[in-house]
Amino acid sequence: MIRLPEFRYYRPKTLKEAVKILNSEGEKAVIVAGGTDLFPNMKRRIQTPSVLVSLQQVKELHRKISYTKINGDQEKRLVIPSGLTLSEVCENRLIRENYPFISKTTSSIATPLIRSMGTIGGNLCLDTRCTYYNQSLEWRESVDFCMKAPEGKLDIPCRVAPGSPRCVAANSSDTAPLFCALEAEFHIVSQEGERTIKPAEFYREDGEFYLNKKAEEILSEITLPSSENLHAVYLKLRRRGSFDFPVLGAAAVLKMTGQKVKEAKIFLNAVSSAPIEVLESEKALIGTELEEEKILEAAESARQSAKPFDNTDFYPHWRKEMVGVLLKRALLELKSRKT
Amino acid sequence: MKKSAALKSSAKQIITLNVNGRVYEQALFIHHTLLEVLREDLGLTGTKHGCELGECGACAVLVNGEPVLSCLLLAVDCIGKEITTIEGIADENRLHPLQKAFAELGAAQCGYCTPGILCAAKSLLDKYLRDDSRAVKPLNRERIKEAVSGNICRCTGYLKILEAIELAAERLNLLQNDPSQKILSTVYDKEK
Amino acid sequence: MFNPAELNVIGKPIPKVDALPRCTGKLQYADDLTFPEMLFCKIYRSPYAHAFIKKIDLSKAKKIPGVVKILTGEDFSIPFGILPVSQDEYPLSNKEVRYVGEPIAAFAALDEESAYQAAKAISIEFEIVKPSMSIEESLKQGMIHKSAGLEFGDIEKGFLESDDIFENVYFYEGNTHLALEEHAAAAVPDPDGKLTLYSSTQVPHYLHRTLAKTLNLPPSRIRVIASPNGGGFGGKSDVFSHEIVVSKLALLTGKPVKISLTREEIFYLHRGRHPTLMWLKTGVKKDGTISSMHFKSLLDGGAYGSYGVASLYYTGALQTTTYKIENYKFEGARLFTHKAPCGPKRGHGTPQPRFAIEIMLDEVAEKLQIDPAELRKKHLVQSNSITPNYLKVGSMGLGKCIDKVVEGSGWKDKFRKLPYGKGVGLACGSYICGAGLPIYWNPLPHSSVMIKLDRGGGVSVYCGQIDIGQGSNSMLAQVVAEILGVGPSEIKLCCADTDLTPVDLGSYSSRVTLMVGNAAIQAAQKAVDLLKKAVSEKWGISEDKINFKNGKAFNRENPDLSLDFSEAVQLAEAKFGAVCTVGSYTPPKSPGEYKGSGVGPSPAYSYSASVVQVEVDPETGIIQIEKVWIAHDIGKAINPLSVIGQVEGSVYMGLGEALMEEQTFRARYNGVHKAPGMLDYKSLTSKDMPEVETYLIEDPDPNGPYGAKEVGQGPLLPIPPAVANAVYDAIGVRIREIPLHPEKVLFALKNKAPKRSFPSFHAPKVIRVPLPSESPTTSLLSSDLLRSESLRVDSSPSSGLPPSSSGAVSS
Repeated sequence: MIRLPEFRYYRPKTLKEAVKILNSEGEKAVIVAGGTDLFPNMKRRIQTPSVLVSLQQVKELHRKISYTKINGDQEKRLVIPSGLTLSEVCENRLIRENYPFISKTTSSIATPLIRSMGTIGGNLCLDTRCTYYNQSLEWRESVDFCMKAPEGKLDIPCRVAPGSPRCVAANSSDTAPLFCALEAEFHIVSQEGERTIKPAEFYREDGEFYLNKKAEEILSEITLPSSENLHAVYLKLRRRGSFDFPVLGAAAVLKMTGQKVKEAKIFLNAVSSAPIEVLESEKALIGTELEEEKILEAAESARQSAKPFDNTDFYPHWRKEMVGVLLKRALLELKSRKT
Repeated sequence: MKKSAALKSSAKQIITLNVNGRVYEQALFIHHTLLEVLREDLGLTGTKHGCELGECGACAVLVNGEPVLSCLLLAVDCIGKEITTIEGIADENRLHPLQKAFAELGAAQCGYCTPGILCAAKSLLDKYLRDDSRAVKPLNRERIKEAVSGNICRCTGYLKILEAIELAAERLNLLQNDPSQKILSTVYDKEK
Repeated sequence: MFNPAELNVIGKPIPKVDALPRCTGKLQYADDLTFPEMLFCKIYRSPYAHAFIKKIDLSKAKKIPGVVKILTGEDFSIPFGILPVSQDEYPLSNKEVRYVGEPIAAFAALDEESAYQAAKAISIEFEIVKPSMSIEESLKQGMIHKSAGLEFGDIEKGFLESDDIFENVYFYEGNTHLALEEHAAAAVPDPDGKLTLYSSTQVPHYLHRTLAKTLNLPPSRIRVIASPNGGGFGGKSDVFSHEIVVSKLALLTGKPVKISLTREEIFYLHRGRHPTLMWLKTGVKKDGTISSMHFKSLLDGGAYGSYGVASLYYTGALQTTTYKIENYKFEGARLFTHKAPCGPKRGHGTPQPRFAIEIMLDEVAEKLQIDPAELRKKHLVQSNSITPNYLKVGSMGLGKCIDKVVEGSGWKDKFRKLPYGKGVGLACGSYICGAGLPIYWNPLPHSSVMIKLDRGGGVSVYCGQIDIGQGSNSMLAQVVAEILGVGPSEIKLCCADTDLTPVDLGSYSSRVTLMVGNAAIQAAQKAVDLLKKAVSEKWGISEDKINFKNGKAFNRENPDLSLDFSEAVQLAEAKFGAVCTVGSYTPPKSPGEYKGSGVGPSPAYSYSASVVQVEVDPETGIIQIEKVWIAHDIGKAINPLSVIGQVEGSVYMGLGEALMEEQTFRARYNGVHKAPGMLDYKSLTSKDMPEVETYLIEDPDPNGPYGAKEVGQGPLLPIPPAVANAVYDAIGVRIREIPLHPEKVLFALKNKAPKRSFPSFHAPKVIRVPLPSESPTTSLLSSDLLRSESLRVDSSPSSGLPPSSSGAVSS
């Protein structure tokens, strides 16, 4: 049986308590937000933090999903606390009725067993993945480790792209590209106070340092945009009907005025270390009525821009080809829903 | 437990766990998973392990009725919760309808994935027994497939498992009576 | 002797006798066992595919708290291997390591974590050598483990007589068993120097022999108990290093020692499907008659021998049991590479050639404009015949299988008629019901069963067989229950314990139902004969008027006259002493006498046919399996419920192999396994499994118990080629390799698929064997054999006869 290495374990009950612990423990502390990704990594000795801080008991992170009023009561916005499990988010009535695409996306993550343990916050902060990284200590020893987990060694190159100056591990969160495209707001809490960040700025295109978040900061909640006139879809490509991480994901969010596309946000995941915004595809759609040739144009732009590496399941050239197909289908789905 | 005090994993802590309705007071390592504690400390070896990384579902148990992977759950995080394992699924000596259906239809071949699958399936049926939203989300094969989609079985090809869950659901009056839905997908055709 | 109308237990779809322990978590697998003072073992394994060990430094490992004993290659001097001709492995490697994961040192400690820490603290100086990671490279390097060449008849003459010649290259990727239970073993020493090993093994008898050899102990001092296997599929049918290592550790420390392997280690144990490159040339006449077939296979064997010699011969053996082939030649070689060793996986060596043949037949049918189902049916091997390579076919229900799936699937309305993107494919297969020869030469029975009747009416059955999930315990109980007239769940089974049970060779090669079943019939028959003698004396009627049923003995002519089974036992015990009987089974001698004829012969052959319907997405290349229809000629289903379960499980595994499962390695990075985990090694989930319609065809075989044949492996065979043929029907591209990854489909659609070539290979020695029809001695022998059996079949066409006279050895 594979076992966890030893660690000190905190189970704070309030956000205040949690940020205090994180602040005092500093870099050596790692947050547990479900543990379904962290614990396998720890069992494989990819990460061996000496301190773990579990968010499981932090009451503020487990509130109900509810509306909050902003802009002087002008607007109502739905807030998802980050400590809710993926199942809780998926099955929530407000989400199901107003943001069905979030229900659908969360239901495509991993397995029902993992979804009842893993949290939405954990999935948004999911470690990047790579076929050379997510392996046992013994396996990684065979290939002399990699840039992302060099095991204390110096100048270990990326095993996927040996010439790359940075790690190319893939962003494998299904919710990240969707929340980027939705232009949701992430609330981040630390000892120093609170800040808000747009998801698109939360992710960094670096497999090793993949989040604009300090170790002692906690992603506490997500505020969703108004669901009015919002048309969103996330399509996921993977080998099996469950378990598998995305080898490619395409999130598309359109805001419409009448029949016309007013705003378009398109993000791809699993082809880079961060969800990647495809500006050319967005441009191709704005002002259109989603005519088929416009959709094809947007899909082709995305295909051309995507540069997947050989670090997930399937061959990268096939995944590149699939970028166009997946985005086309995502947009066609939106078009068919609209009419 | 004192506020903000870190639990050290090198020393054992006395922890109280409620497993299958029985309260265990046990000295445990903080870094030990529920899987290790169930099997090695409490002697409840009915919960199996096939990967210990959350990739197979063999170790599934119920915590407060939710199906979870005991290999990725710290035992210390289960304090104050109700844990149900395969050993606690039957009601005293009466088999759970799922167990009966699994036995009757041959849904357990080698039986190694069975404890985890029974836990996942029980959670599904319990939800329907509790929940009035049955009419909105009818229990059908698709939902059953989804419920056990985190459990790998290498023997059966899942079909007998799905049929057994349907049979148990039918006996609990949970299955929608849809005549187009075929309960048994296999045909035993006797050829002379 | 058996009237089918009178069968009470055989043929009934009853729950397995051990279903409840499996559904309640009560069944104890090897890792569920604990013993007082038990130590835990971890193994340090090679990080390199090919290296020489220069120096091992254990100084740090010895200092880890809790470490009790450390073993290295120096502690073992005797090599082992499952086949007598391939004794090429050491429990721990001393000098050279040949694959990533090869065991080097073993650590016993007070707890598993300390053993793991100790294994991490080992320091080894390696001299790393470039590994050979492919068939082509190993062929170039001359790393040939074994080659074989056999020609039956004259293929050149056959090709001259044919109207059309087809020639193609096929590739079947390797894959692994992935039984859900991770291998575990616990060795328990006795104070008197004896040893008991509990292990999740399919082959307790071979393990027993190997332990005696490698530990240099008399077998009488070793007891092997096979724990219930949490799945096997062939992956637990070899003897493994860890089983020997914990035994040695237990003997040295005087403490029980357990090891439970991680999933990753099991990918290194492997012994799974050989990656096989094949070349097939077939000459056919206008009507589809196969006048000549020339088949070549190159097997990537991995680092060690394992069952490899048998695997190689199996790739050439069963081509002949489905369709008539007039002249046949097989050339093949198994290569050593620096990868985890390959061995037997469900279908052992036969799914690969079956894949090639069934696809080629689809091509032949298209060219000749004959329906593929019709083409196959026209040229079926006849029942009670002998194949060009001297395999004796008994019952043969393939024609009925084809009819059933053609009808069930609506084949005639679908084949070449579905819209673009949708398609159906048909393929067939055939498999052995146990090997005709044991893996080590001996004249002993292959299986024996012992029965003891208790005065209280209890029935205890002892047999060396191990249930690996396929339901062999139930088969054994049902056979005995039928004859003694008691309920199957009343029977107490004691299985797979080398101290207590008579030998059965193991749960492999689909041999258990046929061989254990026949031995059980014999033992039970002897027991019931004793009871009948005793009861007949009491009632003063002849024995043949007595019938045992429902736990009672009845007078057939006067059903009111009855007595309890327990009373009958008491009468017999008073008359004859304790009622204990035995039965044994040895397969009939095979007519083939050429070198290499040991692989292929079987007491009977099962047959399957399948139609698979797919939808292929031409934009992505992704294949959806819509439905599978499969018919299996089981001879006689002893328990239809279990049989259907085996069919569905085989379909599942066949689809996994066809679509996604593969065991591959990174040549560029020290030959590491590409995906040694359950997330990355893709096994179908409940959401990927299509609906399966199963038809059981019962064409009883005279050699089978009640006519029964195998089902555990055969139904896998038609699946991969049926999927490939369906893809062709759907989108018009022919893919001759598996897995059928979407990338390959898309490439093929764009005409960009890289063409595989077959390296220049000729078997160094080809043994020419005259066809049975040309050989006076064998034709006499075979027709003799056939005549006696066809008579028996005629006398009772659907009964399924006991085989007591066809090779069973009484004891």
